[in-house]
Amino acid sequence: MKLHLSRRYRFSASHRLHSEQLGEEENRRVYGKCNNPYGHGHNYVVEVAVSGPVDQSTGMIANLADLDAFVEGEVIEPFDHKYLNEELTEFRDHVPTTENICIEIFNRLSRFPRARLERVRVEETGLNSFEYTGESAGATHE
Amino acid sequence: MVYLTRKIEFSASHLYHNPAFSAEENQRIFGKCNNPHGHGHNYVLEVTVAGEPDPATGMVLDLKELKEILQREVTDRMDHRFLNYEVPELAGQIPTCENIAAVIWRLLEPKIKRGHLNRVRLYETPDLFVDCYGEGNGASGHAGGAR
Repeated sequence: MKLHLSRRYRFSASHRLHSEQLGEEENRRVYGKCNNPYGHGHNYVVEVAVSGPVDQSTGMIANLADLDAFVEGEVIEPFDHKYLNEELTEFRDHVPTTENICIEIFNRLSRFPRARLERVRVEETGLNSFEYTGESAGATHE
Repeated sequence: MVYLTRKIEFSASHLYHNPAFSAEENQRIFGKCNNPHGHGHNYVLEVTVAGEPDPATGMVLDLKELKEILQREVTDRMDHRFLNYEVPELAGQIPTCENIAAVIWRLLEPKIKRGHLNRVRLYETPDLFVDCYGEGNGASGHAGGAR
């Protein structure tokens, strides 16, 4: 039997989808409204799944207080109420699409020391969401 | 393969306390959940069964049958109960979402006679849930296995 513990977190942030590799016209065509030079924002939901043996003295895969504190420090504090393009160095060279946000959050959370990160799922709105499970599904993330 | 999911809800109380720990350790590790009076949740359980539809009925298994199994094995045992004291399957365990989901898996797995149990997902709150998979299900994170 294998168990995954999942927890949902929220942050709100703004972004602009604009690629330096594309011309102005091409950016407008590809990204549409999301290319608005002033940016726009979303209420993001981040669903984090971790796995590991259940410690029978606590009944837990990981103490939620530890997971919450780690996610707060690695994701919520740096992302919440920020303009992602300008305030996160990772998005100076990468367009902050939710695909790239999802990968960035996965990479940050893969360092969680108390359980294995299985999956990060990011909802940009209630209608679209993205999932990332690492470089190859089932691979060990060290 | 088709994956069929049925959802039920039950409400129950619990508390987290390990008698092997000191009072201070219990408080530090379990926080508010260590309140000796307990507290409760509206649990939501999603049960996924995988199988091929029977050519004669078009069903993986009869939903009525699954509904009855869930009523008997889960609702009758856990709904409006204090999980620490009233559910023998949880005796000696901390009734965390992990342990409750594992108990539910063990209760349901032998009762599913058509198809096989693929996933048990137990929500303690909308923001906290546990997925339980059998050894052979790959645990890819999807009811449905390989991507």
